[in-house]
Amino acid sequence: MKRIATLLLAAAALVLPAAAQEVSFTASEPLQLPRDTFFGAVAGVATNSKGQVFVYSRTGTPVSTLGGARPFVRGGSSLYQFDQNGKFVREVGKNIYGALAAAAVRVDRDDNIWIVDTYSGMVIKFDPQLRILMMLGRKPEAVEVPANPNMGRAPAGAPAASGMQADLFEGPADVAFDADGNIFVADGTANARVAKFTRDGVFVKSWGSRGSNNDQFSTARSIAVDASGNVYVADRGNNRIQVFDNNGTFKSSITTAGNPQAICISPGAHQYLYASNSNPVNDIDKGGEIFKLELSGTVVGKFGHAGRQMKEFNAVNAIDCRSASQLFVAEMGNWRVQKINLP
Amino acid sequence: MKSYLASAFAAALLMGGIPASAQVAATAQNVPDLPYEAVPGFFHGIPAGDYLGELQGVATNSKGQIFAFFRGPNTRLWQFDQNGKFVREIGKDFYGFLFAHSVRVDRHDNIWTVDEGSNVVTKFDPTGTKVLMVLGHRPDAAAGPIASPKGPNAPLEKYTFCRPTDVAWDMQDNIFVSDGYCANRVVKFDRNGRFLAQNGTEKVGKGENEYNLPHGIQVDRQGNVYVADRGNARYVVLDNNLKWKTAYTNVGSAWSSCISAGPHQYLFANNANPNGNPQGSWSRTGQIYKMELDGTVLGKFGKAGKLAPGFQVVHMIDCRNSDQLITGEIESWRMQKFVLKGSK
Repeated sequence: MKRIATLLLAAAALVLPAAAQEVSFTASEPLQLPRDTFFGAVAGVATNSKGQVFVYSRTGTPVSTLGGARPFVRGGSSLYQFDQNGKFVREVGKNIYGALAAAAVRVDRDDNIWIVDTYSGMVIKFDPQLRILMMLGRKPEAVEVPANPNMGRAPAGAPAASGMQADLFEGPADVAFDADGNIFVADGTANARVAKFTRDGVFVKSWGSRGSNNDQFSTARSIAVDASGNVYVADRGNNRIQVFDNNGTFKSSITTAGNPQAICISPGAHQYLYASNSNPVNDIDKGGEIFKLELSGTVVGKFGHAGRQMKEFNAVNAIDCRSASQLFVAEMGNWRVQKINLP
Repeated sequence: MKSYLASAFAAALLMGGIPASAQVAATAQNVPDLPYEAVPGFFHGIPAGDYLGELQGVATNSKGQIFAFFRGPNTRLWQFDQNGKFVREIGKDFYGFLFAHSVRVDRHDNIWTVDEGSNVVTKFDPTGTKVLMVLGHRPDAAAGPIASPKGPNAPLEKYTFCRPTDVAWDMQDNIFVSDGYCANRVVKFDRNGRFLAQNGTEKVGKGENEYNLPHGIQVDRQGNVYVADRGNARYVVLDNNLKWKTAYTNVGSAWSSCISAGPHQYLFANNANPNGNPQGSWSRTGQIYKMELDGTVLGKFGKAGKLAPGFQVVHMIDCRNSDQLITGEIESWRMQKFVLKGSK
């Protein structure tokens, strides 16, 4: 028995990340909302090249209509813009048909703002003035009453949750871009696939289905592309980040960063990969740390843990790492955005 | 919460009405491409922070003013001037607005909306300040959430619509309604809104006098009625008493049509690319066909694409001026103006 325990301990030591260096850091909450305005569960945060900050947050409540041919749903999320100093600029959301349940916001190299909405199933591209330029996916026309469980959409005979060969998403979670402007959608939590589109929104291909093999996902929860065009997918549920080439061919898995919910790759000559081993939103007694990794998966360091105070994290859903030493972190559990300064 | 959200996807997919695979290539051969130009940025002046939504309806009046009926978080009716500048919103929070489907302007410049959520067709006066007539009735909110329809459609009623889709008029101002997603008929009312006749049944069918989602309707100057029979990918032509005449089956998916004004009327037929953009669909669908009323195909223009001036599921065309079309699209939340050049 004792021997078995020893073996188990040895095995555990092999599986656990090599004692990652704890990195010292400071945290602040610079984003100033107007009086009587509050974030809800913050799904996304992203900066543009000028240092302005965009936040896509659940807010208010999605409501369903009565007294119609079918129940229709509206409301529930808003996109907020702040200047370089965290001063509030504007909020858009209550007039956006596809803003129901925020999943992500990202800013591309041309400073266009993209939101991903897990409920409307839409990916919407705004220009820097927040005018709509393009959209992928379509909001469901109505909700079904009574509700039905959903296993993710796949054509007849195709693997579960592999989705359609089209811009039809179910539970999309995130979006990323390569240097040519190709669009990669992590789709997501109901589907378990990645869909690639050209910069003009022409569907190219998709890959992935539900499972734990290479090329399969438990969920495709967050996505990032490095300067070489490799695609990193946070496979939350399978405790790994899968790395694919630009055409979706599996290359490797990174298993040194826990169960990743949010990932980000910093720009610049030396790119780093940040990954949040996010705690479940209902449990602050495990996980919560954010890893800093080389693109190879080698751990550079880690910081933070689950909790409700400053410098603690609760269900981190997005990391902005435009600056490798100054991160913005969005929390679904603490309804806030923290700015993190790393040495 | 989560399962509730997720279930909405399944619901939407089940209730989209028409499967994404329903795409029909036009069979008309050797159709010339009509030269055309988009008018980029024609629509402007939308208040900061406000947005269009799915453009189900677009229509112009005799002065060239434009009305857009769209699905934002609420269903909304907006007016633009002749130059495409936003003027105002009509009927904010109006009881008849729940899920937009069509807006049309009659020959007296009255504005008519067709709403497939409230099941109501509303006639506004030309200024959009007075409701002149209501057809159909909205289900009672006190009845609670409306369960997703399952099983066979309810039997037809004279004055109740089931997700109606479009409205048109003849020169006597008789009213024609295509009805709808859960009925499969065309209804004729007199100018006072009194029932006269219907063609079709609640059941889906593909024979004569049968429909599979009548999705749009137009009437020519002689009083003939043109029905976009979307599920059957055909345009059905009826006489003024809704007696079957013929059907045009060679111009694709038959989402909606428009008959132009003027002494020589043309029929524009909308072969919309399907929702969801299934792979390969853009090469087979997305054009608008220009036809003679007798079905002769004159030409086609436009193509599917995410970015303007591409089409992303055109839902409705305005063709009051047959050389200047306005399209409303679903999957881009966009209205566009096009000038057809050298067409005859």
